[in-house]
Amino acid sequence: MSILVNKATKVICQGFTGKQGTFHSLQTLEYGTQLVGGVTPGRGGETHCDLPVFDTVEQAVQRTQAEATVIYVPPFYAADAILEAFDAGIKVIVCITEGIPVLHMLRVKAAMAGSDAVLIGPNCPGIITPGECKIGIMPGFIHQPGKIGIVSRSGTLTYEAVHQTTREGLGQSTCVGIGGDPIHGMNFIDVISRFQDDEQTQGIVMVGEIGGSEEEEAAEYIKAHVTKPVVGYIAGQTAPPGKRMGHAGAIVTGGKGTAASKIAAMKAAGVEMVSSPTEIGEVMKKVCG
Amino acid sequence: MNIHEYQAKQLFKLYGIPVPEGSPAETAGHAEQVARELGGNAWVVKAQVHAGGRGKAGGVQIAKSLDEITEFSRKLLGTRLVTQQTGAEGLPVETLYVEKAGQIDREFYLSALVDRGSERVIFIASADGGMDIEEVAEKTPDRIISFQVDPAAGLQPYQCRKVAFAFGLQPTQFKSLEKIMAGIYRLLLEKDAGQIEINPLVTTDSGELIAVDAKINFDDNAVAAHSDITAMRDPGQEDEKEHKAQQFGLNYITLDGSIGCMVNGAGLAMATMDLVKLKGGSPANFLDVGGGTNTEKVAEAFKLILADPNVKAVLVNIFGGIVKCDVIAEGILAAVKEVSVKVPVVVRLEGTNAEAGRRLLRESGLNLVAADDLAKAAEQVVALAEGV
Repeated sequence: MSILVNKATKVICQGFTGKQGTFHSLQTLEYGTQLVGGVTPGRGGETHCDLPVFDTVEQAVQRTQAEATVIYVPPFYAADAILEAFDAGIKVIVCITEGIPVLHMLRVKAAMAGSDAVLIGPNCPGIITPGECKIGIMPGFIHQPGKIGIVSRSGTLTYEAVHQTTREGLGQSTCVGIGGDPIHGMNFIDVISRFQDDEQTQGIVMVGEIGGSEEEEAAEYIKAHVTKPVVGYIAGQTAPPGKRMGHAGAIVTGGKGTAASKIAAMKAAGVEMVSSPTEIGEVMKKVCG
Repeated sequence: MNIHEYQAKQLFKLYGIPVPEGSPAETAGHAEQVARELGGNAWVVKAQVHAGGRGKAGGVQIAKSLDEITEFSRKLLGTRLVTQQTGAEGLPVETLYVEKAGQIDREFYLSALVDRGSERVIFIASADGGMDIEEVAEKTPDRIISFQVDPAAGLQPYQCRKVAFAFGLQPTQFKSLEKIMAGIYRLLLEKDAGQIEINPLVTTDSGELIAVDAKINFDDNAVAAHSDITAMRDPGQEDEKEHKAQQFGLNYITLDGSIGCMVNGAGLAMATMDLVKLKGGSPANFLDVGGGTNTEKVAEAFKLILADPNVKAVLVNIFGGIVKCDVIAEGILAAVKEVSVKVPVVVRLEGTNAEAGRRLLRESGLNLVAADDLAKAAEQVVALAEGV
């Protein structure tokens, strides 16, 4: 089954004619994703990458019946793009953009509260159901259709987990990068609960990092609701407190959000924690082979 | 991004938050002149550094005469102030803030910040001002009140009254507190502040409410929209290398170990540091070259790492997604040729065009160890750093 996206998912791209939008749209098409068009205000009616360009998301949805979007819009305009997609009824909104002001995201989340649309990211690699639908910037060729669901706050660490589960012959059901920003869309619980309900997913990889308390909350959830094996890794054990480690959300403040606290919570919830990011695949093979 | 206390107080004035009269000074003579112009017979001389804990570290002095102003200014200016928040190196004192000293009756704590958990702006207040708020939160959590502001409704008067009652203020002072809190909230929203902290907020003998200290940090993702805020940046307070890295679009953080790390992606960069530690080494830095990197950026990153005299070996760890491994390899070769490399370099390339990248490194004839396994790469670099 996989979660959220599959071969039937029709996708549009916002920021379609820009450099990033163009590059990744071509990669996405090559992967076989049903990319059906794109949006660049003022460029409606043109053709780009052999696909129609629309002025607004509303028009794009009316004409293509798209149900997912991927956003490559610069940081100061990205909140507007997310809300435009939301307003047009898009159900899976994937925002790749890094560097969105946190107050913009605060308003976006308030506007989307209580709806059934999901936001993935921002500041994330996107989502992929291997062999079916790639929405985002991840290298498609390292994936393999299979049985492991992967959820992560980091892009390249997701690739590590993908690479290793492919090497072990396990493959992936769906991989979701939830992003490195302090205020973002789907969280660990939102994704893990879907993996728990998904028949194709036999094991779950959860990759967290310092900052915030989402890993601790996810641990509580896993303890109470998840029966599938979960392998976990937390990055940032050697990060100095008070310093932002690249991701806007990766910071230990006032003794909160440490790797130690997250690792302890996940261990207590029965998650198989690996101390090295190179052991994710091996350990998953052992518990889920 | 952080700013100095005197700059934060300038912003406070613009937003109707009362502060003591004062002015910044960069020489002892100027400081004396400021005190003379302020008048009175007691002043506070405050070292302007981007760190808390200044009082305990001797960075805040009460002067009872103009001679004392000169004496304290000479003692502080040009030194590095070491507080519990700065690390052993301290921060340079290049500016002082001279304020009129007033009679303080009571001290409170008041702050507003963007809270990631609730995804709201929250206020935190305590009647125990002038103390380390994290310590108060740990030892006497009942002495702290905190509440969320609904983004649509905004800050409400009843929320301000809640704080006023917790502070035990007189009804005549309620309006002043409401005005201060409204000013904080508006400042946070309009200038994209991540946190605004007043510790202490005081009542004077005459019952006035005044912000005696002021600390603001801004959302790095938003400062580009505020030229008045970016103009307040003081590179002298920032790590020189971190500042330089920023200009090249690199994320760099200095650490105190001996193994330089160059990685793409923040999560993988942290994981690489952790792995170095796990294998018995110690990372010299955090460095994320970013997703859309190029040859020039990699070369700059490399130079930055090699400029650190503590670095005894370098580990390059790249998982090519958007960034192609052969591009990274070219960047490494360009940098290695440009700066003379005296330390061993271990390179692990994986992902897009990894084999092409490895081949470039192998055929370069340079002293590079090409590893295709991350765990082994980490073991190798640790061994090389120890001179084994």
